Amino acid sequence: MIHWNSFADFLAMGGYGLYVWGSFGVTALIMAVEPIMVARNRKTTIARLKRQLRAESRNASE
Amino acid sequence: MKDRFNLYRFASPATFYPLAGAMIPYFAAVAVVFGLAGLYIGMLVAPTDFQQGEGYRIIFIHVPASWMSMFIYLVMAFWAAIGLAFNTRLSGMMAQALAPTGALMAFLSLWTGALWGKPMWGTWWVWDARLTSELILLFLYIGYMALTAAIDDTRRADKAGGLLLLVGVVNIPIIYFSVKWWNTLHQGSSVNLTKSSMAETMLWGMLLMAMCFWMYSIAMALMRVRTIMLERERHTDWVRAELAGDGK
Repeated sequence: MIHWNSFADFLAMGGYGLYVWGSFGVTALIMAVEPIMVARNRKTTIARLKRQLRAESRNASE
Repeated sequence: MKDRFNLYRFASPATFYPLAGAMIPYFAAVAVVFGLAGLYIGMLVAPTDFQQGEGYRIIFIHVPASWMSMFIYLVMAFWAAIGLAFNTRLSGMMAQALAPTGALMAFLSLWTGALWGKPMWGTWWVWDARLTSELILLFLYIGYMALTAAIDDTRRADKAGGLLLLVGVVNIPIIYFSVKWWNTLHQGSSVNLTKSSMAETMLWGMLLMAMCFWMYSIAMALMRVRTIMLERERHTDWVRAELAGDGK
């Protein structure tokens, strides 16, 4: 059922390799980086909120 | 009455937060499964296009990204309308959480479109109706994010952003029908409800990829909205309890 005769064939994409892989590459990059950025943002936000919460409770107890 | 399943309960951030957290892994897993299946069918099984050779395979991300860029905007506009009408807290957070993913989808639509246009039309870009209106969509996303980020008071930011979203929603039917209303280089839609001009494996590949993009976008929005909830509700008891725990 596989359409391609060889891996080189697959990479060449019938001469459209640059355009096809340029599209898929950038999409893959974005879909890999976006979750990492979101997770990192979440970590730093939680750390900051925890710091603020501790500072507030210190001030309240003084 | 009190035993009835209450949908409004889920509009409360304290209830939605853990629910969203529990659902994220499932949406992510399903996105991966759909993506692998779509790539397998689209890139390995689907035949060569008789007009465009192998270059047509860009369709497997171009169309899903374009659909999502329009659909996410509609969902944001829906939340904006709810927010403006009922003053609900969750709606602004949802619109805020969806915007970056929507912007990326609009960018991907334009990027893959340019890479498709070059070999097929001989140009990366033309100022025709379809392409220009999609570019405006990208600017609407960026404008929404910049506007809401520039206003410190979140309620005001949500209101201003919501108005921008509602005014900009007129652009969506313009994008969608542009290939019918105006002469354009861009081809008409390959799929509609009654008939499809594509081979069956091509169509399946595209629909699977569309499902993958859909699930991916939901997972991203849920991840983002949880952080926004903590930030905005930081003075409430439930967030304090959440942060006092492991805060995951």
